Amino acid sequence: MAPGPIGVVGWQRLHPLSPLVRSSRAVAGIAVVAVLNAGQVRHGNPLSLAIYGALILLGLVAGFIAWLVTRWRLDADALRIETGLLRRDSRRLPVDRIQAVDLVQPFLGRILGLAELRIRLAGADGSRGRLSYLSEADAHQLRARLLAAHHGLDQATPPPPERVLLSVPTGRLLASVATSFLGSSAGALTLVALVLSITVPSALAVVFGSSFSLLFALGSGIWRRVTSEFRFTAAAAPDGLRLRAGMFQTVAETIPAGRIQAVRMVEPLLWRPFGWRRVIVDVAGGTANRRGRTSGGGQVSRALLPVGRASDAELVLDRVLGDHRVALTRPPRRVRFKAPLGYHFLAAGYDRRHAVTVNGRLQRTTCWVPLEKVQSVRRLQGPVQRRLRVSSVHLDTAGRSVRAVLRDREQIEADAGVEELAELCRTARAARSLAAPLSSVQ
Amino acid sequence: MRVWEALVVGTLLGLLIGGGVMVASVVAGLAVLVGILALSVTSLWFLRRRFRAWHYLERAEDLVVVRGVMLRRLSVVPYGRMQYVDVTAGPVERLFGLATVKLHTAAAASDARVPGLEPAEAARLRDQLARLGEAKAAGL
Repeated sequence: MAPGPIGVVGWQRLHPLSPLVRSSRAVAGIAVVAVLNAGQVRHGNPLSLAIYGALILLGLVAGFIAWLVTRWRLDADALRIETGLLRRDSRRLPVDRIQAVDLVQPFLGRILGLAELRIRLAGADGSRGRLSYLSEADAHQLRARLLAAHHGLDQATPPPPERVLLSVPTGRLLASVATSFLGSSAGALTLVALVLSITVPSALAVVFGSSFSLLFALGSGIWRRVTSEFRFTAAAAPDGLRLRAGMFQTVAETIPAGRIQAVRMVEPLLWRPFGWRRVIVDVAGGTANRRGRTSGGGQVSRALLPVGRASDAELVLDRVLGDHRVALTRPPRRVRFKAPLGYHFLAAGYDRRHAVTVNGRLQRTTCWVPLEKVQSVRRLQGPVQRRLRVSSVHLDTAGRSVRAVLRDREQIEADAGVEELAELCRTARAARSLAAPLSSVQ
Repeated sequence: MRVWEALVVGTLLGLLIGGGVMVASVVAGLAVLVGILALSVTSLWFLRRRFRAWHYLERAEDLVVVRGVMLRRLSVVPYGRMQYVDVTAGPVERLFGLATVKLHTAAAASDARVPGLEPAEAARLRDQLARLGEAKAAGL
């Protein structure tokens, strides 16, 4: 075992350039404000220039102190991170509880060759550690060591090989965003504004004033989507699916197979001629936001496939769900009176492992829920549904937004379905808790 | 649900406000009195139906709650999915010596609430649910 730059013993510091990268966002913000207020400076007010300079200096000093008081070490059984000047925070991350190690590189970090390491632990609390920043080589090496230690191997073992499943071409990504809800509404709005300002020049100020903020919001949404899903690749690793994407800031993260609460496949109206679809996964615990807390009831969504053909979707679904083909049945024809539009795609079905529902008209949405993840089963019947002798069955999963709805099923079928689903969920849960200690990956 | 107590409160309220208006005009006062009485009787009728439709059933593996008159709901919550049990008693509930038991799971949509329980029954249900939840706990 050749001793690398990272020793097994001894405290280490983060990369000396990390304060620069850390405070780069704040500095950029201050710089933008300074440029916007540049008029003051030009009119001979050196005080404001001094204030901006002091603010930037303050940010850098704070970053430097944070770097000075932070240290980490990798022991045989745990990674320890100590940080904080006034409130000391000492964290011990046991390697056997590590669930995923993600790599994040901000734009400046990529230029300087630095990367942030995010370590997620298994468990309901979803606690985590962050090391920002290490040099790229160190980050990769530490990741490999952590994963090797997690699997009880020698820490010098190289990381397990990954098999690239698919990547999204930039052209397709741009076309898909342009035809998505965001893109098409931004386009329509621009067109209306242009036509109005040409035909009624007097209304120019009003038109631009009213549409500017909306266009700005849509534009920033489009921008975020393109930059975060730029050059997306999905690779199969033994511990789950590894996703890489990003234009300026690149993120390489692992979706652990066992944490998936639900998978949705969305087919917007304008994507249908191309046969494109988007696959989104909902994961419990999730990754940290900037303050290190989980958002949305401890559950986050990630695109497993920003845009792709049916075969791409099948590839990803196979990987995260296993055998996911479930025989679907349609609700009775009389439901057309209640849901004249939605009836077109409405379907649902379940087997011993998954429940699958198809809903939506403009945006056809197929939802898979692993039965072992279901939190509760509900049956609902409104007055109109009672008249039509149908009811809906909801399967709730952890978090706020996701649930599979078996909409407008035949009443007798729904009554039996609630019982059967409750029973199937119980057996799926029991089977999993028996199998869990055997598998090495959580 | 103590319908009669609530009806008494409604009548008193009607008499009070109606009496106040009657000082100005007898006809208007009577109209207000009848209006408030009718309103409280109909809302009581709705409430009565609503609470009569509310049932809960403790089964071996899960708690079943049925509720709703117009929108009928049935929830099946497995004990193993329970995260914690709440027993709450608001000011009005306390006035009538009642309590509400609510079961929380990791899903925000889960809906297992049993209102209007006698405190003894609420405590028993809470302890029973907590015991079963611990015995059958399953992770996320």
